[in-house]
Amino acid sequence: MATATLHANDTHAHGHDHEHEHHEPGFIRKYIFSEDHKTIAKQYLITGIIWAFFGGALSIIFRLQLGFPNMNLDWLKPVLGEWIVEGKLEKEFYLALVTMHGTIMVFFVLTAGLSGTFSNFLIPLQIGARDMASGFLNMLSYWFFFLSSVIMFASLFIETGPASGGWVIYPPLSALPQAMPGSGLGMTMWLTSMTFFIVSQLLGGVNYITTVINLRTRGMSFTKMPLTIWAFFFTAVLGLLSFPVLLSAALLLIFDRSFGTSFYLSEIYIGGEALPNVGGSAILYQHLFWFLGHPEVYIVLLPALGITSEVIATNARKPIFGYRAMIGSMMGITVLAFIVWAHHMFVTGMNPFLGSVFMFLTLIIAVPSAVKAFNYITTLWKGNIIFTPGMLFSIGLVSLFISGGVTGIILGNSALDINLHDTYFVVAHFHLVMGAASFFGLLAGVYHWFPKLFGRMMNNTLGYVHFWLTFAGVYCVFFPMHYIGIAGFPRRYYSFTALANNAQDTFADLNAFISIAAILTFAAQAIFAFNFFYSIFKGKKATQNPWNSNTLEWTTPINVGHGNWEGEIPAVYRWPYDYSKPGSASDFIPQNVPFSATPESNFPEENEEIAKEKEIEGLLAVQNDVYNH
Amino acid sequence: MTQEHLKDIDMGEEPVKTMSMNPKKFMLWLAIASITMMFAGWTSGYLVRKAEGNWHEFDLPNIFLYSTAVLVVSSVFMHLAVRAAKKDNFNTLKIAISITFAFGMAFLFMQWYGFSDLVKNQLHFSGSDVAASWIYVFVGIHGLHIISGLVVLLFSLVSSFRLSINANNLTRIQLCATYWHFLDGLWLYLFFFLYFNR
Repeated sequence: MATATLHANDTHAHGHDHEHEHHEPGFIRKYIFSEDHKTIAKQYLITGIIWAFFGGALSIIFRLQLGFPNMNLDWLKPVLGEWIVEGKLEKEFYLALVTMHGTIMVFFVLTAGLSGTFSNFLIPLQIGARDMASGFLNMLSYWFFFLSSVIMFASLFIETGPASGGWVIYPPLSALPQAMPGSGLGMTMWLTSMTFFIVSQLLGGVNYITTVINLRTRGMSFTKMPLTIWAFFFTAVLGLLSFPVLLSAALLLIFDRSFGTSFYLSEIYIGGEALPNVGGSAILYQHLFWFLGHPEVYIVLLPALGITSEVIATNARKPIFGYRAMIGSMMGITVLAFIVWAHHMFVTGMNPFLGSVFMFLTLIIAVPSAVKAFNYITTLWKGNIIFTPGMLFSIGLVSLFISGGVTGIILGNSALDINLHDTYFVVAHFHLVMGAASFFGLLAGVYHWFPKLFGRMMNNTLGYVHFWLTFAGVYCVFFPMHYIGIAGFPRRYYSFTALANNAQDTFADLNAFISIAAILTFAAQAIFAFNFFYSIFKGKKATQNPWNSNTLEWTTPINVGHGNWEGEIPAVYRWPYDYSKPGSASDFIPQNVPFSATPESNFPEENEEIAKEKEIEGLLAVQNDVYNH
Repeated sequence: MTQEHLKDIDMGEEPVKTMSMNPKKFMLWLAIASITMMFAGWTSGYLVRKAEGNWHEFDLPNIFLYSTAVLVVSSVFMHLAVRAAKKDNFNTLKIAISITFAFGMAFLFMQWYGFSDLVKNQLHFSGSDVAASWIYVFVGIHGLHIISGLVVLLFSLVSSFRLSINANNLTRIQLCATYWHFLDGLWLYLFFFLYFNR
């Protein structure tokens, strides 16, 4: 049955792919319009890193304003030009800065840069596939992302400035071009860019899911998949189901802006004059937006958690604690992600009963999150920990995930949220739990898989310096923000003048401290940039399996070619976490080592698995048929 | 590896399943899931907005009833086309797929006519009558998907006339049929949704 359908499918594609095999692709096909998942991953990674530096630089500019409101910023004139008026940051531009910082970091860095890089790179390598299910769609996915990046980047340079209504672009502010300069052309470009971005994410997500389901090597059952793959899989499912709803919301906003409809607009007066629009509901936009917006948080976080599982187990030289509980908790987070969106809307005047339902659902997320945190800690417990830079960033992620997570329980409470909503407390919470934590996951992934990405090693010493500066810096930036939030400082404000008890004066020093910490943390990233780009060309040559890891990607040649494995794709016989197994001479047993080869370390139930090995081998022909071009 | 050897393997075991579905078909189902979510977002938004009151009730243009029938008929002929292709029954295939395409086009024109019907009754896309704007969104965006479906259908149509669709080469027409049936189902959902939630 299986073979028959595959054959039918193959005859169709035969002619086309035959050509592929014999001609080495030219420069453009190999490095630019490439269909190879590894090249696409590198394109995503480098685009993401460039975006991260832009997004970070924007935050430094508005931190200068917040920390040193009286500073003369004329020296920024060569870069910002007319946005500096009499030594001061223009107020409208401040709003543009926070908006673009959020948009860039959430979508372009931590969605595209993180899961775009590692889903593309690791899915085929870790499940044992020659490439993604559709290389062409994968290429399209990157170039849609690139197009969207170009449009968003261009919007930074137009006269009226980029979109300025916050990354959530709530109407009516975003729907009316006359509302603020950023709601004109900048907003149109934001919406255009995000539409392409959504298309890119959907193409990518379809590919990731299909590849995980259809192209696993023989023996790679779902319960033998590394947790990275599980995480990427759930991330793709979240994206596939939630990004279309953002598109729904954005299209209605486009209709309101450009076609004169009133989906989100009602009874608005501008300059004393009533707009013709009645009957719309601005809250409707918030419902649709947060139906994506909340899953988006997990789209950002889950890949980082998956990477952490892999890096921690490898470098603690211990099996991951609670493999199935990890999968279950990720599944729980995925499901819950879709039914908690209204906790972003507690103060929109929603029915308090509805609020308490969403509060209840929100607090339930603490359970799977805590399961994950405990499992990381118990994996580390009594492990033979090897502190590679990747491991340090993974442990850092666990720390940030916990300290940012506990404030989530406070904010998820619909009564406490009335006080804390839209204050710096929220900013502190989400920057720790999803911003910094996901960044740490991204960095852990780069340090850990750099040898596989580029065939060279990154410098460890620079890695340690980078880690400690970043780790200390992130806490110095975001921990004090909790106090500022409790003191009542609202987010997205250009300056503070009339807070209760003159808090703006009392907390001026703390705000300055945060800004200095932010600048130092940002500067420390230059160490990473240098290490990254230098090591691509001049790093120490990598060995076959530098971290003594179990997963399949380390069985490929050091410099992986097109098709990933030179001979047969290895079969998989065991789960990926056989580290320090009792009885085994080596402290790791890769996934492609059959149980029949390790009688000294097998558990009784694993000896029974030996009988199935023949069966797995028998599938070689079936598997080869898939690639039989 | 001989065929005999393969026979010994219990094909019901898990490892076989890893490679048993055509990736293209699987991708199509995922795309369908995401299109469904987009319309689910809109229909939920419609209900939320309607519950807030201040809602203009009006009858849908009659032509939508007929266009629904036309689309269902086209879906039936799509099914017949796939069945004919499986039996290498080329004449039936050509006729059935041509009828599918023609009825699809007819559906699109009827939807357009429905729009002009709405306009005649002073129900415009822009303006403050949100209830009317919603109808244009549902019918219009579904229409755009129908256009994409017709393009896909055109590829299968051309292939059928070139006889390159046959019992051994069904993937293209099966993909096309799945998408077309989905668009039909989507319209039925939207039609009955609007019919019962005016």
